Amino acid sequence: MNIELLNQASAFICQEADMLDHGEYAEWLALWEDKGLYIVPINPDETDFANTLNYACDDAKMRNLRVARLGSGESISTSPAPRTIRSVSRFRVLADDGTTVTVRCAQNLREFRKEIHKHYTANLTYTLVRTVDAEGDSFRIQQKVVRLLNASDALQCIGYIP
Amino acid sequence: MTSQTTSKGHTLADLVQHDRVHTSLYTDPAIFEDEMEKVFANTWVWVAHASEIPEAGSYKTGYIGRQPVVTVRDRKQQVHVLLNRCRHRAATVCEGHKGKTNSFVCPYHGWSYSLDGALRGVPSPESYGDLLDKADYPLVKLRVEEYAGMIFATFKDDIEPLVDFLGPAKKWMDLFMKQGGGFPIKVGGEHRFRFPGNWKIQLENTTDAYHFPLVHKSFLSSVDKQTEEMLDFVEGPGFVEDLGNGHSVMVMIPDLVDLEANLDAPIPERFAALAEELRADYPEDQVRRIVRAVGGSGFNLNIFPNIACSMAFFRVLRPVSVTETEIHHAVITMDGGPEAGNRARLRMHEHFQGPMGFGTPDDSEAWERVQKGSNAGTDQWILLNRGLAKEQETADGRRSDVSAETGMRAAYRQWKKLMTA
Repeated sequence: MNIELLNQASAFICQEADMLDHGEYAEWLALWEDKGLYIVPINPDETDFANTLNYACDDAKMRNLRVARLGSGESISTSPAPRTIRSVSRFRVLADDGTTVTVRCAQNLREFRKEIHKHYTANLTYTLVRTVDAEGDSFRIQQKVVRLLNASDALQCIGYIP
Repeated sequence: MTSQTTSKGHTLADLVQHDRVHTSLYTDPAIFEDEMEKVFANTWVWVAHASEIPEAGSYKTGYIGRQPVVTVRDRKQQVHVLLNRCRHRAATVCEGHKGKTNSFVCPYHGWSYSLDGALRGVPSPESYGDLLDKADYPLVKLRVEEYAGMIFATFKDDIEPLVDFLGPAKKWMDLFMKQGGGFPIKVGGEHRFRFPGNWKIQLENTTDAYHFPLVHKSFLSSVDKQTEEMLDFVEGPGFVEDLGNGHSVMVMIPDLVDLEANLDAPIPERFAALAEELRADYPEDQVRRIVRAVGGSGFNLNIFPNIACSMAFFRVLRPVSVTETEIHHAVITMDGGPEAGNRARLRMHEHFQGPMGFGTPDDSEAWERVQKGSNAGTDQWILLNRGLAKEQETADGRRSDVSAETGMRAAYRQWKKLMTA
């Protein structure tokens, strides 16, 4: 097992989770490849995201619009904004071709807004492109798929980025 | 409700007036219980679109009111709507939302039924002697009729034919189905979500243009200028029309009532890239027809009590309890149509609809707040008099401006008729 790669990937994903929980959306947007896709499918076994209906299938433009909406104050479902705390764990490198790394992990997300405390559990699968930034070896997100445990059920509205 | 008088001393008939309804319609559990019988078990209720059960053995489970049903296509292509309940000891015989099967087998004792509901097999029948004639115990079958691919069922054997119930709504259904762009319409998946509020709050919303610029401000900020102007319809030339039997249509964008008209009009900027992609495979007239269809219809057709043909999707509502409602927003695609066109439809649906859309969560928040606010006061009313001043009789019913509450008044008139019959 390549522990160094596992550490690098999990450190990157934990940092991303922390950014989303703390509303650091500009920094979060900068983690992405230009052609990257953020996907929340309905069927947890789906692989053809382009030709099926998802909860979200965001390219760069939609990611920017989603972030803008969350901060706009124009949306009653996100004002006040939900607070979230997510834990990510159970990291596993599924593939590594030297350029891109595929990593899967578990996410437990707790949300609180107004009087309601909710819990969403998900499998996250990342396709990460190796890159080098000012602090050394790092990644850019080419694809992030959030497979909610109860995605095929009737959900309640989600006013943040899971 | 065994009595016709509520806890506030009103009769059921008093609770719906021509310009207002009583708040207890959102909050009274006894009224909800009554609605399950007098509304949902007493009229035509939508159960599926034909494309959701395309082949012999295709089924879809669902509910009429709170009663679980299965809609299934048999080997002769006939559609049946069956109560999802074994005749032996009541276990459901079909689980899962959609799928394909050869038969329905009860998991408890193995009674098996054919696709038309006939009881075929009873394991170890000897114990019954001659007490059990299988012909006496098919799955209970509802009356089923279909119009424009929309399948409806009813518990009432003596109710009017579906086409009579739909009446003037039929022509709007025909117009709505033009968004196949020359291809058959296909349900291409759905967003399902619940909100903590009464089902009639959602029923009203489909015919409520008034909320759009305010509740959907963040959505409007996320679209191009041309689309934003198109959706600026509250003071525009559209209208709401009561079509009778609780049905109504709200025309927001009159130019998009007939998707096969005005095909020579310039292609909107947001569809320019799609049109260019389609030109590789289709002649120009077909490109224009598909692109115009992809954008969706300019109206919402509300069909009482549980289905709407809403711009570019089907909205299905399911009452769960007096304070909880499940909504399905089913995306419509072109069966056999261009993948690029269907992808555009899917992305547009994701943009507005569903629990992570830019529109639905704000609707849901507004409805939740209606339910919460409805607990205030002891004898308060919900106002429905908007647009009443200018309402005019028409050949199909009555009509007022686009943000009139005419459609809500239509729905409550039908509610009253059913609840007090």
